[in-house]
Amino acid sequence: MATISTVRIQSEPFDVAAEAVKITRGRTDAGAVVTFTGICRGDENGEPIAALTLEHYPGMAETEIESHVAEAAARWPLIGVTVIHRYGRLVPGEDIMMVVTVSSHRAAAFEAADFLMDYLKTRAPFWKQVEKAGATTWVEAKAEDDAAAERWTTGKPEAAE
Amino acid sequence: MSRTLKVRYFAWVRERIGKTDEDVDVPDSVVTVADLVTFLTARGEEYAYAFENPKVIRAAIDRKHVKPQTALGQATEIAFFPPMTGG
Repeated sequence: MATISTVRIQSEPFDVAAEAVKITRGRTDAGAVVTFTGICRGDENGEPIAALTLEHYPGMAETEIESHVAEAAARWPLIGVTVIHRYGRLVPGEDIMMVVTVSSHRAAAFEAADFLMDYLKTRAPFWKQVEKAGATTWVEAKAEDDAAAERWTTGKPEAAE
Repeated sequence: MSRTLKVRYFAWVRERIGKTDEDVDVPDSVVTVADLVTFLTARGEEYAYAFENPKVIRAAIDRKHVKPQTALGQATEIAFFPPMTGG
């Protein structure tokens, strides 16, 4: 199945509903749309935050996400996938990133979205810095995110190298 | 003999070194990514600070993830950064 795939790295806001419609408009084979939106929370470890600033590696961010989108399209029968990830300074309540997966049936759409999120967390070259009470600190990577990404590699050669 | 590599730094690795990128003359004795970390660490205290715990440092050659034992080969660009926290 030829999958319609879109990956964008941008500072501007996005409209997740509009992105889903871009894939499904005019088709009758799309039976399931899953959307995930990551949003900037107003607290980090119980303390209020002023903002998150996302740094990224231009060029690598796009190609790394595109490679995982291609892998998702190879593993599940997807009609379309869109991933948009923002960079720059975001205040609580703003959207950080989104994934849309479209398939004929829900299992593929759910699983592919879950797979993409787990890989984005651990392999897409983005780094979050938190502004809190006048000080800035870098968010530390979580071991559970590595474990979540690892579960997709069981019985398969590692996709990385 | 040596060659020039473009080295890029991100997040707190960039902050500790105080540069976003630089061209580095790399001697032929530097073969792997781990060798390059050792070579850079000797360049000054800001590098030693950035690379004080090499186990947490991630690297990419020509915009693809690599491991410490990966050979630099014909690389033109290498990046060093902390574990990623996107999504």
